[in-house]
Amino acid sequence: MKDAMIERHTMSVVVDNEAGVLARVIGLFSGRGYNIESLTVAEVDADQHVSRITVVTSGTPMIIEQIKNQLQRLVPVHSVTDLTVEGPSLEREMALVKVASTGEKRVEALRIADIFRARVVDATIESFVFEMTGSTEKLNAFIGLMKPLGLADVSRTGIVAMKRGSEAN
Amino acid sequence: MAAEPITGAEIIVKALIDQGVDVIFGYPGGAVLPLYDALFKQNKVRHILVRHEQAAVHAAEGYARSTGKVGVVLVTSGPGATNAVTGLTDALMDSIPLVCLTGQVPTHLIGNDAFQEADTTGITRPCTKHNYLVKSVEDLSRKVHEAFYVARSGRPGPVLLDLPKDVQQAKYEYVNHAGQRHRTYNPVQKPDRSQVEKAVELMATAKRPLFYIGGGCVNSGPLACKMLVDFVRLTGFPCTQTLMGLGAFPASDPLSLGMVGMHGMFESNHAMHDCDVMINIGARFDDRVTGRLNAFSPGSKKIHVDIDPSSINKSVRVDIPVVGDVGHVVEEMMRIWKARQIKTDQKALATWWDQINKWRGRNCLKYKPHDTIIKPQFALERLYAAIKDKDFYISTEVGQHQMWAAQFLKFEKPNRWMTSGGLGTMGYGLPAAYGVQVAHPESLVIDVAGEASILMNIQEMATLVQYRLPVKIFIMNNKWMGMVRQWQELLHGGRYSESYSDALPDFVKLAEAFGASGLRAEKPADLDGVIKEMIDIKGPVMVDVCVDEKENCFPMIPSGAPHNEMLLGPDDQSARPVSDEGMVLV
Repeated sequence: MKDAMIERHTMSVVVDNEAGVLARVIGLFSGRGYNIESLTVAEVDADQHVSRITVVTSGTPMIIEQIKNQLQRLVPVHSVTDLTVEGPSLEREMALVKVASTGEKRVEALRIADIFRARVVDATIESFVFEMTGSTEKLNAFIGLMKPLGLADVSRTGIVAMKRGSEAN
Repeated sequence: MAAEPITGAEIIVKALIDQGVDVIFGYPGGAVLPLYDALFKQNKVRHILVRHEQAAVHAAEGYARSTGKVGVVLVTSGPGATNAVTGLTDALMDSIPLVCLTGQVPTHLIGNDAFQEADTTGITRPCTKHNYLVKSVEDLSRKVHEAFYVARSGRPGPVLLDLPKDVQQAKYEYVNHAGQRHRTYNPVQKPDRSQVEKAVELMATAKRPLFYIGGGCVNSGPLACKMLVDFVRLTGFPCTQTLMGLGAFPASDPLSLGMVGMHGMFESNHAMHDCDVMINIGARFDDRVTGRLNAFSPGSKKIHVDIDPSSINKSVRVDIPVVGDVGHVVEEMMRIWKARQIKTDQKALATWWDQINKWRGRNCLKYKPHDTIIKPQFALERLYAAIKDKDFYISTEVGQHQMWAAQFLKFEKPNRWMTSGGLGTMGYGLPAAYGVQVAHPESLVIDVAGEASILMNIQEMATLVQYRLPVKIFIMNNKWMGMVRQWQELLHGGRYSESYSDALPDFVKLAEAFGASGLRAEKPADLDGVIKEMIDIKGPVMVDVCVDEKENCFPMIPSGAPHNEMLLGPDDQSARPVSDEGMVLV
């Protein structure tokens, strides 16, 4: 068991948007000692009061199977899709990145932001806030490059994900 | 035509009646006064006034476990709800269907640290199958009916409804939502046929098969248990039961190997270890059964039938999972078995039975009788001899007496055995027993207790007396927290840290103080007479059976040991000392 490979999985959980549903999901993870690497939640269908929770978790294959089954049996859960297993999927994350610097560093930050196709959403004489969307790796790379250029603050959404192709889940 | 608006409290009572509820166990308080008022004005639902909210939940568990119906609890906000938490956790662990109604402060005060306010849905989220805070009277009927549906569907469990006082008082019209399909929760009942086929094919090739059946069979109902018994008999395979599964297969059947697990039978545990095909039906590979996981039944292919997919591959990897209700699965297995006219390997099975009979020959429940001291095993043998032809139900508390009761009392039918298996709650037995008695007023209901456990809910004697519930409390009094002492003796060098109860009450006088009858047995020769008197007395009786203080419960798989290294008794030196890994296990 100890030698089993730790895998990273992205799960998409469609739930009824009722009071306490997020606490139920988070409580399941903390109560059973599962990992949460990232978690996002928002209502996706206001008429039906349905929300989608995207959770990135890690564990042995046996634990991943458990997580899926445990989520599935929560009463307000409509469906659980392990996007890592079930065919190709898209993963995106958004970050707001504040860089406070002047002179050459400020110019360099703007230049790199351009290369990464980050947008400037706030600017002062000594700072920028960039908005950037992409894979987690791309965001990590951009934030890494901003560090020596006056990185002041980062806010990230965590991963949202979806199956590729026409099929919904 | 719209119905006349009625109060939320009246809506709840109507919904309870429509759900077939005939009794609820509860304790009033400020936040549930409207509900108690509504109960006062009707006579279809009986209310049993308990003396502590924990006991209300255990009583409802006893009621549910012995009838197969949903047990109902009604308690107030704040301390009423927090006191119920142990019972709810107990019911969750043992998959007992309950609906617990808790009062809550009015909606405008929620979050205000109001008097007797607690975040009940927050506190009970991890110890219920599901819970609801009903904030509007419009939702009330639907939520109450939904709570019953969720409690009894799939793997059963406790469901809590938190009911703010203003919602109980607001008016709305009642609509019966019973039988409505749930938006999201629709657990699988019928199994995937191909999985059942695979299971039957594997069983057909078995040389050393073993049925390992658990509480899920009891939950599936008496009919499912009957089908299971027929199927096991058809195969001729041996069948062992978990603590929760006792009674699902008749103990007297020659195919029954008795209980498996830490204090299970020698033959059951050896059969678990050596079998080549394990057929787990409605059991969950609990750690009391598996012992050390990497030494658990190393050579077997495993079939696992469970209604809860999250039970499968949780701790033990299985080869053929079958998700579904026991009744449906066994019916399908039986059909396929008959249709294919399965012929088992008779020669291999005969060899397997020879081996099992050799293990049986070790007579693992053997103990040294004594002339003047009552051995606890002897007390239970005499109890069983006196009740075996009667219509009896047994509950237990938790500890040595519980394990001895599981070993020495034999159950031929399901729903007759109430014990706290998963959570191991001391204080469970007495309220569970009267929950059973309320449902089966003419039956003989006995709480096999220890002197330490019984004190955890001793106030419930008053409930017995108030409702003239003739529960018999059979206390095996050894003056010690026996199981704690046993582990201290075996694992902690005999340092008996805080496991001796000094200043025990005189249980005979205590019973009398409550208005019940008290009896005492001090010598083996007293036993039969005292047991007879206990049964003959019409009302509640507490019996103080003074048993050997030093007796330990055997056989035993020491923690961290595999199944084939059981300790058979105090003189058995065959087992190795407990490993460091074993020491950290409970």
